[in-house]
Amino acid sequence: MSKIRFTEPNREILARRDSIINDLTRLVDPAGLITSTDECRAYETDALTAYRKMPLAVVLPKTTEEVSAVLKYCHDTGVKVVPRGAGTSLAGGAIPSEDAVVLGLSKMNRVLAVNYDDRFIRVEAGVTNLSVTAVVAENGFFYAPDPSSQLACTIGGNIANNSGGAHCLKYGVTTNNLLGVRMVLIDGSIIDLGGDYLDSAGLDLLGLVVGSEGQLGIVTEATLRILKSAEGARPVLFGFPSCEGAGKAVADVIAAGIIPVAIEYMDKAAIEICEAFAKAGYPLDVEALLIVEVEGSDAEMDATLADITAIARANGATTVRESRSAIETAAIWKGRKSAFGATGRVADYLCMDGTVPTGKLSYVLAEISKIVQRHGLRVANVFHAGDGNMHPLILYNANDPSQQSKAEAAGDDILRLCVEVGGCLTGEHGVGIEKRDLMRCQFDDADLVQQIRVRAAFDPRWLLNTDKVFPLDFRCQG
Amino acid sequence: MQTNFSLTALADAHVSESEKILRACVHCGFCTATCPTYLLLADEADSPRGRIYLIKDMLEEEKPATPQVVEHIDRCLTCLSCMTTCPSGVHYMHLVDHARAHIARTYTRPLPDRLLRGMLAKVLPFPGRLRLALRVATVSRPIRKWLANLPGGAQLAAMIELSSSFKRRRPTRRLPGATVDRPRGRVALLSGCAQQVLGQNINEAAIRLLTRHGIEVVQPIDEGCCGALVQHLGYESRALDAARHNVDVWTREIENGGLDAIVVTTSGCGTVIKDYGFLLRNDNAYAQKAARISALARDITEFLHELPLQDGVRTTGQVVAYHSACSMQHGQQVRDQPKSLLRRMGFVVREVPEGHICCGSAGTYNVLQPEIANRLRARKVTNIEKVKPQIIASGNLGCITQIGAGTGIPVVHTVELVDWAMGGPLPDVLGRRLG
Repeated sequence: MSKIRFTEPNREILARRDSIINDLTRLVDPAGLITSTDECRAYETDALTAYRKMPLAVVLPKTTEEVSAVLKYCHDTGVKVVPRGAGTSLAGGAIPSEDAVVLGLSKMNRVLAVNYDDRFIRVEAGVTNLSVTAVVAENGFFYAPDPSSQLACTIGGNIANNSGGAHCLKYGVTTNNLLGVRMVLIDGSIIDLGGDYLDSAGLDLLGLVVGSEGQLGIVTEATLRILKSAEGARPVLFGFPSCEGAGKAVADVIAAGIIPVAIEYMDKAAIEICEAFAKAGYPLDVEALLIVEVEGSDAEMDATLADITAIARANGATTVRESRSAIETAAIWKGRKSAFGATGRVADYLCMDGTVPTGKLSYVLAEISKIVQRHGLRVANVFHAGDGNMHPLILYNANDPSQQSKAEAAGDDILRLCVEVGGCLTGEHGVGIEKRDLMRCQFDDADLVQQIRVRAAFDPRWLLNTDKVFPLDFRCQG
Repeated sequence: MQTNFSLTALADAHVSESEKILRACVHCGFCTATCPTYLLLADEADSPRGRIYLIKDMLEEEKPATPQVVEHIDRCLTCLSCMTTCPSGVHYMHLVDHARAHIARTYTRPLPDRLLRGMLAKVLPFPGRLRLALRVATVSRPIRKWLANLPGGAQLAAMIELSSSFKRRRPTRRLPGATVDRPRGRVALLSGCAQQVLGQNINEAAIRLLTRHGIEVVQPIDEGCCGALVQHLGYESRALDAARHNVDVWTREIENGGLDAIVVTTSGCGTVIKDYGFLLRNDNAYAQKAARISALARDITEFLHELPLQDGVRTTGQVVAYHSACSMQHGQQVRDQPKSLLRRMGFVVREVPEGHICCGSAGTYNVLQPEIANRLRARKVTNIEKVKPQIIASGNLGCITQIGAGTGIPVVHTVELVDWAMGGPLPDVLGRRLG
């Protein structure tokens, strides 16, 4: 039924479980060590629930020093470590192995410093994305990357996956908004990368760490760039009678050099799901919807919107509706940001995360429909169109094993298509276990070997988030 | 989320209902961010998603509850903040009710815990016994610190501590209801059990408000506890008995004189009465009647909001921090009506930061889990005091007691303020401040 393989757990480690737990009790606060079967079960999966593995134990350290002590111990005794933020990964990035200790950062959730003069905030890695903005909002600042799971997902997880979000079209993704990190290496040593300012000296190791999915070390603190909020922001809904028209409108806006804050896409299936949850007033008589947000002064917004509206009309837009109030704006974004969860009301889903050049959106959308139909399933599309970052939600019944296989096969076909048209396997969710075996579609062996060498330079014993990102049989060749 | 129940297990109506709930959960984790216990403890097993997962495993495997599972379910406040947050529509309340009933059936609690829970279930819903218990609590005050060191004594000490905030209340009597000439409507007002003893002034204000608007109020003499307290303690059959009893009482009122609404001034009770239809769905004799009762249930602020409301007669303008009880905002999804009533009466209403997080009261939670409850109260009071209110208003006696024990700012029921603005007496606790 399920196609993703796990390596056989190391029996020697499993046999040493009691003594490992006994050793860990000396390294972390007792409230931060979880060993009973029932309690460990809560950590056996993330948001890719089709796959589950019970970890050896779970540690929830409260300080960088505790993280360091645990990693040093695991390094010295050959125990694998699976880092975990909020466990919201859709690619299985936080799914444990049976012979691994889960190291969760949830208790490291303090704000360490806010500096408005130099425009940064320093937080521990377990702080949630949205709470960063919540801290600085009263002074008119915000933290730009806004993944849809921002209510729950952590900054540590955002760094591991180089997370994006709706508003990253204008402001860039995590890597463009991260100034520095404190990170613990697998041998327990603590290093600082970057600083309180942009573009630090030396090799750009910070750039290397962003998106490394917890395989180079465990980030415990992050210094983030905060930005002054625009004086005004206005989302506008554009309804189209065809998906192709909406896709073409996105391509034309980007090609015209217009950079709104966000261009989000929903097809009919997604519109119905999100409207039922958020009652945002999305048009229900269209095949596709674009949520375009512009910001700035009223005059600036009016001018940008006039250009975008002309392009949308030229591509057949039948509905153009501006948000008229803060409440309406909040509902429009709540619906969009809750799209994945709200889909749970109608079906189970696999959420894909491929990125394509925006000029190919219309073609890829049409092909996705064909692929999913070919596998006998349905799809809902809701994604960051301006970035070409697609999130087809393949709808299926998780209690029907044959449907799960079909959904996974359809997902693979979609991701291969993204690579074929010049895009990539992952926009912001990471490779995790989900796309591990598709890495060969994206990279040839020479590319993969080079990535593995970098990884091995940080973690020679291959203990950090071991079974993720790289094809299982590839490690030995590194 | 995938589930794995046997067909025989699914033949049970409770299990099949819970299976549907579990299937809706996609394990996205949004609920973790708004769960009070996850905010404090940061352990997945103390989050809604973690609890759902533990319940799923327990029910799928038809396992008796383990001490670990019980500990994490017991720590749940049932504030239902997760249900407001959940995009997938997971009915956590029904799932955790099922889990609590399963725990009650399959797990033997340590003796002190059993005694304490048994006592709460046998005392709180009965006004006479509660009055007696309060007297005992008052005389036990000097030994509460000594008690706290005994097994289960922390909970007893918490109870004594809380009881002290009632000492200035007036003696209680059962309210007779009120008739009006040529009524424009007729409602039953829930007397409540603990509220009869601890907050009589609340329903007195409600009756004045309703009659002032031409609404006849009945308070059936044989009405009992709504069942919320025993329900949350896991005593499922007692909760259902309480529901059936009240369904009968109110049905009699509907048949003799008619009811436009069953008005509730304690939002914790309102949540459960609005759920009677679900609780008794499998009882052929009661399903229909219970659904009718649930459909008639209204929080007092919901009901007042629907009336052509008279203007206030007093000069108000005080700064009021409105604390929305969890059972109000999450359980019943009543959000704007209380604030709009207060604004209409001229109060300056301020939103409390982190208003979606529980104050720690949660029925009997502040007795059973005093450590977490106290931390939540401190957090709540800090947030309330940030907006510098002169008065704190809430629609639930439990919250009024809990918050009142942590701040010097007077805490009153929303209807007491509305009633005062319309010409009613100044609430006692304000007398010392504003009188």
